[in-house]
Amino acid sequence: MSEIPSEGELPSFATTESPASTVALKGDWTLDTLAARIPPLTQQARRYSRRAWDLREIGSIDDAGATLLWHAWGAQKPAELLLRPEQEALFNRLAEAPKPPRARRRRVWSALAPVSRVGERVVDIIDHLSAFTSLLGQAVLDVARIAGNPARMPWREISANVHRTGAQALPITALVSFLIGIVLSYLSARQLKLFGADVYIVDILGISILRELGPVLAAILVAGRSGSSMTAQLGVMRVTQELDALAVLGIPYSLRLVLPKIVALAIALPLLVLWTDAIALLGGMVAAGAELNIGYRHFISALPGAVPVANLWLGLAKGAVFGVLIGLVSCHFGLRIKPNTESLGAGTTNSVVTAITVVILVDAIFAVAFSEVGIP
Amino acid sequence: MSAIVSVEGLWTRYGKQVIHRDLDLDVRDSEVLGIVGGSGSGKTTLLRQMLGLDRPMRGAVKVFGHDLETASAADLRRMRRHWGVLFQHGALFTALTVFDNVALPLRELRALPAPMIADLVMLKLRMVGIGAEHAPKMPSQLSGGMIKRVALARALALQPELLFLDEPTAGLDPESGESFVELINTLRKELKLTVVMITHDLDTLISLADRVAVLADQQLIAVGTLDEIVNIRHPFIQSLFHGERGQRALAAVDGTGDSNDDVATAARNNIS
Repeated sequence: MSEIPSEGELPSFATTESPASTVALKGDWTLDTLAARIPPLTQQARRYSRRAWDLREIGSIDDAGATLLWHAWGAQKPAELLLRPEQEALFNRLAEAPKPPRARRRRVWSALAPVSRVGERVVDIIDHLSAFTSLLGQAVLDVARIAGNPARMPWREISANVHRTGAQALPITALVSFLIGIVLSYLSARQLKLFGADVYIVDILGISILRELGPVLAAILVAGRSGSSMTAQLGVMRVTQELDALAVLGIPYSLRLVLPKIVALAIALPLLVLWTDAIALLGGMVAAGAELNIGYRHFISALPGAVPVANLWLGLAKGAVFGVLIGLVSCHFGLRIKPNTESLGAGTTNSVVTAITVVILVDAIFAVAFSEVGIP
Repeated sequence: MSAIVSVEGLWTRYGKQVIHRDLDLDVRDSEVLGIVGGSGSGKTTLLRQMLGLDRPMRGAVKVFGHDLETASAADLRRMRRHWGVLFQHGALFTALTVFDNVALPLRELRALPAPMIADLVMLKLRMVGIGAEHAPKMPSQLSGGMIKRVALARALALQPELLFLDEPTAGLDPESGESFVELINTLRKELKLTVVMITHDLDTLISLADRVAVLADQQLIAVGTLDEIVNIRHPFIQSLFHGERGQRALAAVDGTGDSNDDVATAARNNIS
């Protein structure tokens, strides 16, 4: 049985002052034996660099040992050097090795640096926007094409995506919205009690949940859950050339991969919003019952009167819009991923962050545009 | 001769499917052992078990005399510094440049100063025939042959005594495949390597391997030099060496007039 190659003899110098001052090397000069002793050995070797060298008594020497000596000698052979033939080859290789490329220079600081950085950012954003727009355009064209030939509708992909983004998200959205409903109801109830305005808990919960919280909550959860997985899926398919494979098979990936995701989210997200609304109101109702003694029957019968039904429709419409946006953003980032692992990570992060930001931005636009709708 | 890697009574099973049934194999010092077998015969699984990436169901794999399953963490770490692995697809770190890929194992030692690492990296890259202009490139900018060369440079960075090659020439065009084989042959002479190589390419096998192990029917049906193997009557070996491709490969060897002559002759006699 052989052993793990052991460390071997320690490298050392043996100097003789007569006849001429010669440095003879002993021991093993290999990566293993050198490891921790590199700085002192290099220093010592440097001190002797002008002398005559004798390497013939070395036990064994490898690239690392040779490189160390080479550095100490100042990247050239010393004038007097005694070598064994196989060592000769080693040093010849070193002499022939190309210089390492110089490290990339740090960007030179100049007064214009901040300006150029802003410029780069702007160009980057314009690049993103134009790619995003063409993706949107492609999706519209695909829809038009399918309208002319409904048989090409990728039903299986759409239904699979609805299942993955909608049905499988039911438990987590239920949990989160139930808790938010309870917290919101409890905090509002404490305030309302001060004014004796207990019955208005129904108005507060109804409007805030149906109009704002439900759609935004569902959209943020879906952006984090499904948006990231869509980006990663497309990204990996790009890395493994699966997208190219689809393209050469004559299957446009915008039709088979992008459109089903967008359509599925446009269908699933309004349904999830409805679900989130219901569970959040349930949570609010439970907390209101405990804190304000408002009966469940009363809560439910008061709800239609307190909240105009327009709020529900507005919430559902928002859900559909958010769904389309999340789908577009995650596909956009997925298709831009470059074939390396770092880009995959960064792309997924950017996708989720952008999707959530876009959802909140668009929600604000909705709030302004529909400020006259559904407020009693 | 001492065994660098030894596989003892190895069984592998996935579900109900038995991959390896009681395998025994020794890799001797300074030899090149080629492992051949049909697709799905468990070549790569065997390699992964030799590397300690997969555990065998039963049996043991010993590398440098240490059982991979019972070896201490320190022993394993020391062992891993003394072997190099070339994966089938290179397995370069896609987020690092060519230079950094080769420098990584050297940097992990935490002992070498940066200028020395730089010189060593350039030395290894030159050894595998990669020019300095490719050092700052990312792996995605390289061709398949170059990826394998860089991966080989990374495998050789710590100057290992033992080198594992998984399909070294698969996916390369014949010319780069040939030069890759030549490269391994030269390196092997210069660096005194023991090589365990998985391949299904006959040319590679003939020009590199000292001994051949044939995996088929869940077992090692034969281990020996090429001329010993060629004459064994087994359907897999027959189809491997005596099919049209096998004949061409052996005939090519015949023409060059090296010591494998008798292999080709033996093979041809065997058919007629």
